[in-house]
Amino acid sequence: MTALRRRKGKKPQNSEPQSEENKEKKSNDTEECSNSENLNLNPSCSSSSSSSSRRRRTWSCVDSCCWFIGCICSLWWFLLFLYNAMPASFPQYVTEAITGPLPDPPGVKLAKEGLQAKHPVVFVPGIVTGGLELWEGHSCAEGLFRKRLWGGTFGELYKRPLCWVEHMSLDNETGLDPPGIKIRPVSGLVAADYFAPGYFVWAVLIANLARIGYEDKNMYMAAYDWRISFQNTEVRDQTLSRIKSNIELMVATSGGKKVVVVPHSMGVLYFLHFMKWVEAPAPMGGGGGPNWCAEHIKAVMNIGGPFLGVPKAVSGLFSAEAKDIAIARAVAPGVLDMDVFGFFQTLQHVMRMTRSWDSTMSMIPKGGDTIWGGLDWSPEEGHACSSKKKNIVQTSGHNKTGDLANSVRIKYGRLLSFGKDVTDLHSSEIEMVDFRGAIKGNNLANTTCRDVWTEYHDMGIGGVKAVADYKVYTANSVLDLLHFVAPKMMKRGGEHFSYGIADDLDDKKYDHYKYWSNPLETKLPNAPEMEIFSMYGVGIPTERAYVYKLSSAAECYIPFQIDTSAEGGEEGPCLKGGVYSVDGDETVPVLSAGYMCAKGWRGKTRFNPSGIRTFIKEYRHAPPATLLEGRGTQSGAHVDIMGNFALIEDIIRVAAGATGEEIGGDQVYSDILKWSDRIKLKL
Amino acid sequence: MGSILRFRKLCFLEPVKSSSRDEKTNSEEKKISESPKIDDQKTCQSATTLLLEEKAKQKKQKKSPREWRCIDSCCWTIGYLCTTWWLLLFLYQCLPANLPGLRAPEPPGARLRREGLTPLHPVILVPGIVTGGLELWEGRPCSDGLFRRRLWGGSFTEIFKRPMCWLEHLSLDNETGLDPPGIRVRAVPGLVAADYFAPGYFVWAILIENLARIGYEGKNMYMAAYDWRLSFQNTETRDQSLSRLKSKIELMYVTNGYKKVVVVPHSMGVIYFLHFMKWVESPPPMGGGGGPDWCSKHIKAIMNIGPAFLGVPKTVGNILSAESKDVAFIRAMAPGLLDSEILGLQTLEHVMRVSRTWDSIISLLPKGGETIWGNLDWSPEEDHVCASTKKKHLKGNNTDSRRVFQELESTNYGRIVSFGKKASELHSSELSTLNSQVSLSNGNSRVPNASCGKVWTEYDEVSWERISKIVENKAYTVETLLDLIRLIAPKMMKRAEAHFSHGIADNLDDPKYDHYKYWSNPLETKLPNAPDMEIYCHYGVGIPTERSYVYKLSPSGRCRSNIPLQIDSSAGGSQNGCLKGGVYFVDGDETVPVLSAGFMCAKGWRGKNRFNPSGIHTYVREYKHKAPANLLEGRGLESGGHVDILGNVALIEDVLRVAAGASGVEIGGDRIYSDIMKMSEKINIRV
Repeated sequence: MTALRRRKGKKPQNSEPQSEENKEKKSNDTEECSNSENLNLNPSCSSSSSSSSRRRRTWSCVDSCCWFIGCICSLWWFLLFLYNAMPASFPQYVTEAITGPLPDPPGVKLAKEGLQAKHPVVFVPGIVTGGLELWEGHSCAEGLFRKRLWGGTFGELYKRPLCWVEHMSLDNETGLDPPGIKIRPVSGLVAADYFAPGYFVWAVLIANLARIGYEDKNMYMAAYDWRISFQNTEVRDQTLSRIKSNIELMVATSGGKKVVVVPHSMGVLYFLHFMKWVEAPAPMGGGGGPNWCAEHIKAVMNIGGPFLGVPKAVSGLFSAEAKDIAIARAVAPGVLDMDVFGFFQTLQHVMRMTRSWDSTMSMIPKGGDTIWGGLDWSPEEGHACSSKKKNIVQTSGHNKTGDLANSVRIKYGRLLSFGKDVTDLHSSEIEMVDFRGAIKGNNLANTTCRDVWTEYHDMGIGGVKAVADYKVYTANSVLDLLHFVAPKMMKRGGEHFSYGIADDLDDKKYDHYKYWSNPLETKLPNAPEMEIFSMYGVGIPTERAYVYKLSSAAECYIPFQIDTSAEGGEEGPCLKGGVYSVDGDETVPVLSAGYMCAKGWRGKTRFNPSGIRTFIKEYRHAPPATLLEGRGTQSGAHVDIMGNFALIEDIIRVAAGATGEEIGGDQVYSDILKWSDRIKLKL
Repeated sequence: MGSILRFRKLCFLEPVKSSSRDEKTNSEEKKISESPKIDDQKTCQSATTLLLEEKAKQKKQKKSPREWRCIDSCCWTIGYLCTTWWLLLFLYQCLPANLPGLRAPEPPGARLRREGLTPLHPVILVPGIVTGGLELWEGRPCSDGLFRRRLWGGSFTEIFKRPMCWLEHLSLDNETGLDPPGIRVRAVPGLVAADYFAPGYFVWAILIENLARIGYEGKNMYMAAYDWRLSFQNTETRDQSLSRLKSKIELMYVTNGYKKVVVVPHSMGVIYFLHFMKWVESPPPMGGGGGPDWCSKHIKAIMNIGPAFLGVPKTVGNILSAESKDVAFIRAMAPGLLDSEILGLQTLEHVMRVSRTWDSIISLLPKGGETIWGNLDWSPEEDHVCASTKKKHLKGNNTDSRRVFQELESTNYGRIVSFGKKASELHSSELSTLNSQVSLSNGNSRVPNASCGKVWTEYDEVSWERISKIVENKAYTVETLLDLIRLIAPKMMKRAEAHFSHGIADNLDDPKYDHYKYWSNPLETKLPNAPDMEIYCHYGVGIPTERSYVYKLSPSGRCRSNIPLQIDSSAGGSQNGCLKGGVYFVDGDETVPVLSAGFMCAKGWRGKNRFNPSGIHTYVREYKHKAPANLLEGRGLESGGHVDILGNVALIEDVLRVAAGASGVEIGGDRIYSDIMKMSEKINIRV
């Protein structure tokens, strides 16, 4: 009863002393009654006291619960009603009242300038952001037919995690669907407009394009199954043919206007692959003829393109973790090993699943040591991580520590190193024991590890030790490392992707599709009119190299993990939690996103024989000023950049017919041009 | 006071614990509480006046139960209900999927898969009118926040939130039949366009699911969504929908190993696809330039479901007075409802205004004139007996007796609209002989009624004399009806008749039939030259279907009955039970009469004839309607209803078998329950 009265909260000043009062009351009651007896009021008093005491008991438990729930429900409904009755523009009023008038969205602004839809637009979503839905599944997935397994609310992940993992995984051998399971990409603009409710990917761009007159008939989302290798999307789903047919249709129905392609993230590589595929003769290619791209594509506006791969992919494949996971592990060591999957093997399950996805291998760093740096050299060396100091360091930072220069300069070239101490040593001081010939040995613990397949189970302690003894891995040796720890996966991936640099691009072997997504092993199509833009964010620390250690735990664990205790401290702010970072958009380092457009394809080179013009558009990251801005209108982060007003404006202008020069040519904030010059690559 | 409350609580709380004790305690309580109940307050209140220092405590004690009574018990009830609801929901979720009593019958797809069926031909689904979703791409300020949300289909919440805004955005331009300036509403693309019309109300979803069970997926299944409000040629002009469909079919043909497609159109989609077949073979710019062999190269079979080949009489009711059987019935039941304030007094007028801007509705007006639909005294269905239970034995034995009473029994279905029940029954010679043409030509336009709001229905411009003359003319056949509509809605018909035609061609080789307005009328086009193609007519039978109407003048010229005509829902009870609520019924699938759905396949295209020069095989597949046996079956596994038939197990099996490669003969050829053959014979048309 007392508790109940307190919840009611009608009289906060009264509720406090009530408990004492109630105790007193019983004694008082009798007094009262004796008092009131004098006033001939006794029957009422005696009865009321007895009934109130009984009421206290009956109300206390379930009823107060019900009452509480009822209150909350009513309140909730009331708020919901208010929310629904609220005019749609209300949030905007509030925002404007607080932060002052918002700038017009770029679509509105440009519509006022008189821009109109001209060239059809093709979106190519990246990895992870596209939705996947179930078309056929095992019995555990009953009722999920044509429901999203990936994207949307991810409700099934919590309801039946193992079932979910089973369905999202691909076959280990073929890299295609396991028998009895069919997961297919969602088609249409809904495939990747929102990744999860409220988390936009393409939606802002679509909305702004619609303002100048775009609609479904001249916008096309080239959704594909981002888990499988690029050529397999054609083999299984005929996705490439579909894109070709749609582009041809849009060009035909819009009166011969060429399309503007806007790929994002891995979609950039996918579209590179497409451009080679479409001009290659059937059956391996699309048989569009050597001028297909010139006839159908006006511009390719790559957003955050990992042309040369992403270091994140290495750690992802090697130990299923990235910066975020490593931090999570450091903060709360137990969480990741908890019961989410009913076992103790969250990371192992994630690793098993992602290792069955061929596409992750498309983002392993390409170009080897030439691009990413050797043991003692890297193009980005000299980069200072705390952006404020940047200018000072560049000019006069090193003069006092001439002999220490090597230790101050971070050796980004060492993609993986075991132990923090090795990262600073000169290469001559490191004892490297070659792991390549090492016997992997047998893991005795195989049977106890349930059925999680990560290939690490095929490795014995000897193999693990051999890997750690090699100490330092560069982009070249990382490939060997992956071949060593995951031979089956790399064998599967090796048929679809290549990571080298071509010596002679006219070599017949480069007609094979496995080279098509590597810009260093293909020529751009013969389309002198075409324009290639590289648009990416800068100003966010981005993972570039890792410090690893052996995991201490039992056999079932992944034997390697990022050494989160490795901190650079004052001298090396670039090292945090075992991760060396450089400038980039939080996922793709500047080098990978910008190099091809800054140097590799600039002018007429052997990679760009027809002299397609390239432009670099960098967008400096500015975090959202207030919470009301959501994910910001000036963000440079890998996905959030899709809501960047400057980027959207550039895209709309090009879609409405502008050329690269007309939107301002290059726009460079980072050191990409300097770094590109350091790379010794025959062009 | 409080004791009552507590008493109730006890009943709720402790029925199990102390059910036996309950009565005892209750009676005890009553004894205790009843007597002091009344003077309780008095005494204590008087006590408060007397004992000032005790006042606060007393109040607390007394006030709290009083407050409980009002808001709190409300909250308590809501909480109680919520908890119960959640509990039940939770139990339902925990329920194993295959509870013995609830096990759903095995879907046909699973069964056929075990038989070894695999996908062979790509499948194209062509949705009909109304069932496809429409979404907003650009709108007026009132539609803020609805960008890329569905205005049509889905939950329709916007109707209730901002009805006028919603109507404004769904209307098309009166003059052009295209978007009004500043508004862009477009068809939702993809399978989601028409899998569910509203949450839980399937259209194509069951068929899609069963196709998926034998292995179909997004790459060999395509929903040819189009904006069903536009005229067919305009979908190409504005959205390039026809080009898109052509490109998709060609792509699927190539990517699926040069397998021809199986097309499954539904309802209006049937005539949309007829239009497409003519369009694709016609030379550009009017056509798609696919060449004369395009259809024979790309199409294996067309499996029309509930086809509205020759139009739907329901459209007439819709155009004349924005009502059909259901609306007339509602009006009879609750006369005030439709004129109430949901849309600001003029629900029907608004519906009429919006639907009259949709050209596609005109495509569904009955085609073929009196030859097909009958004249004043004759109709192909005239012997139809409506009480379906009697049907069988009437057919067998009672022919003699029936012949005697034929004059009485037969319904004049040919009179598609008659004013007054009497006019629908009299012999034509007894009808007033006003020639409609003459009467229509004169009359002044009525003064536009400014007080009636701005609802544009063209009725404003029709004079009362004209309307009374319309009524005097008593009975209309399909042909005179078209004149009637031209009179009352001249602008609409002018706009729409540039896109549709409703006649019968005398000479199909006349070059005028190359114009696109004839392409959706099966009686004015030739089928493509594709001898290997097959055409199926799948439709439900056994449901009374609207065929002709008894009309009357609206009760007054008051402002709110802006529509001067309405169905006379009081007219009922003809001898054979075909007249109900002002509507004459025949056999059909509730929307499309058998005649319209079956005639082309049963006679118009059968064999080699002038409409079908290459002798494409046609099959009539009827599905007798069987209402769902219990609630668990939902909308029925053997339904013949116009939309519900898409969940019909037999139909799904047929579609699946053909998609997996079977021919019409292999799935059993014709399957006929209705009198379609007899009716077709009666139609005297040169084929």
